[in-house]
Amino acid sequence: MKLKLHVWRQAGPSARGQFVTYETDASEHMSFLEMLDVVNEDLEEKGEDPIVFDSDCREGICGTCGMVINGRPHGPWKRTTVCQLHMREYSDGDEIWIEPWRADGFPVQKDLMVDRAAFDRIVAAGGYISVRTGSAPDANAIPVVQVNAEKSMDAASCIGCGACVAACPNASAMLFTSAKAAHLNLLPQGQPERYGRVLDMILTMEAESFGTCTNHGACENACPKEIKIDVIAMLNRDYMKALLKAS
Amino acid sequence: MRRVYSLYSTSVGKKYTMAVSGAIFVVFVIVHMFGNLKVYLGPEAFNHYAEGLREFGAPFLGHEWFLWVFRVGLLAFLLIHTVAAWQTSRQSWAARGQKYKKQEKLVFHYASRTMRWGGVALLLFVVYHILHLTTGTLHPDFIPGDAYHNFVTGFRSLPVVAVYFAAMIALGLHLYHGTWSAFQTMGLDGPRIKRWREPVAIGVALLVVLVNLSFPVAVYTGILQ
Repeated sequence: MKLKLHVWRQAGPSARGQFVTYETDASEHMSFLEMLDVVNEDLEEKGEDPIVFDSDCREGICGTCGMVINGRPHGPWKRTTVCQLHMREYSDGDEIWIEPWRADGFPVQKDLMVDRAAFDRIVAAGGYISVRTGSAPDANAIPVVQVNAEKSMDAASCIGCGACVAACPNASAMLFTSAKAAHLNLLPQGQPERYGRVLDMILTMEAESFGTCTNHGACENACPKEIKIDVIAMLNRDYMKALLKAS
Repeated sequence: MRRVYSLYSTSVGKKYTMAVSGAIFVVFVIVHMFGNLKVYLGPEAFNHYAEGLREFGAPFLGHEWFLWVFRVGLLAFLLIHTVAAWQTSRQSWAARGQKYKKQEKLVFHYASRTMRWGGVALLLFVVYHILHLTTGTLHPDFIPGDAYHNFVTGFRSLPVVAVYFAAMIALGLHLYHGTWSAFQTMGLDGPRIKRWREPVAIGVALLVVLVNLSFPVAVYTGILQ
């Protein structure tokens, strides 16, 4: 199938970007990223700069890839990252607009690649538990309520891709921060540091250039792991409790 | 005080103060609507109610004491609500310097996208509403103390009715998303509350908008004379 691609090209973090149009011939059996790989091979043959984009596992579990396709983070399919999107979604003559995540908290490094170190800093602020390392603890030594185990696993399925920020009309990082806090705050192991974690993670998030949550719900609809905004309500609640406890 | 300050220093805390002040306004518009229903009981009942608002708390409180405390309180909450909205909006606008060429609206419902400009519209409407039916400045035939007369004559002009209709649409959207949002922002999402917050938000918005709109319609169609 013949496709017309409008791809955001930006030489560096401070350079001015623009859309460049490419025409390509893709097979319906290709994944979206393979289609871009072919475009890049052609560009390299012509001696031009290939389109820079992030990708790693290409099976939807690492959270490295991500781009906004026709206005939707990770493209039109639900529950998938862009590497899982396949070209059978498109038909001959389609025009596709490809943009990077657009948020000041995620500065563009080059073309479609953004710097998501802000997420690392939020996790470093509280997305961990302090334990003695050593041999593995006995299974079931600490009982976990089944419901909380399920909720915690749902929150822990966050791969940190940044689609929530990309989709949010406010470019807010609340879904990510809440998911990372919730998956520990729901477990017994996360309790000792719970409220300090909440304060530290929220303050770190605030120090980055993200926007504010207005409960649009766009993040939930864009999340490839279908994380629900319930975790945001939990973080809001824990934040109040944390302030009341802090003396 | 330090806690209040540290609460307000983050966007999460600002949203919390918006939720609390917003909840107060939700209660206020419901009470305001119920009070106005008295207009259907006739001039005497309505004027008696209007006078009662001024005499509220008598004989412990003097004439209009309660009313003025109430007004100042509402104004304070309005200030908190508006300032927090302004500050969080600015933070969000600044967070996406480079806009998308294409952006699908992935939001749950349209109402959430009307909060900012709808809120500004409501603010302007409140000013107009006070000048129209409280002070009478923008009322062509205002008689101080005769609330029923002012009410009925105030809605006889089509442009005025149109303004109230537009304002009620903005209010409905704001109430729906605001009520739902307040639960979410305050972290009230227990299994039982979660089942009810959507119906409650829709119910509050529909009730207030439909009853409030019945007033200008009743006047304009001649049901209320």
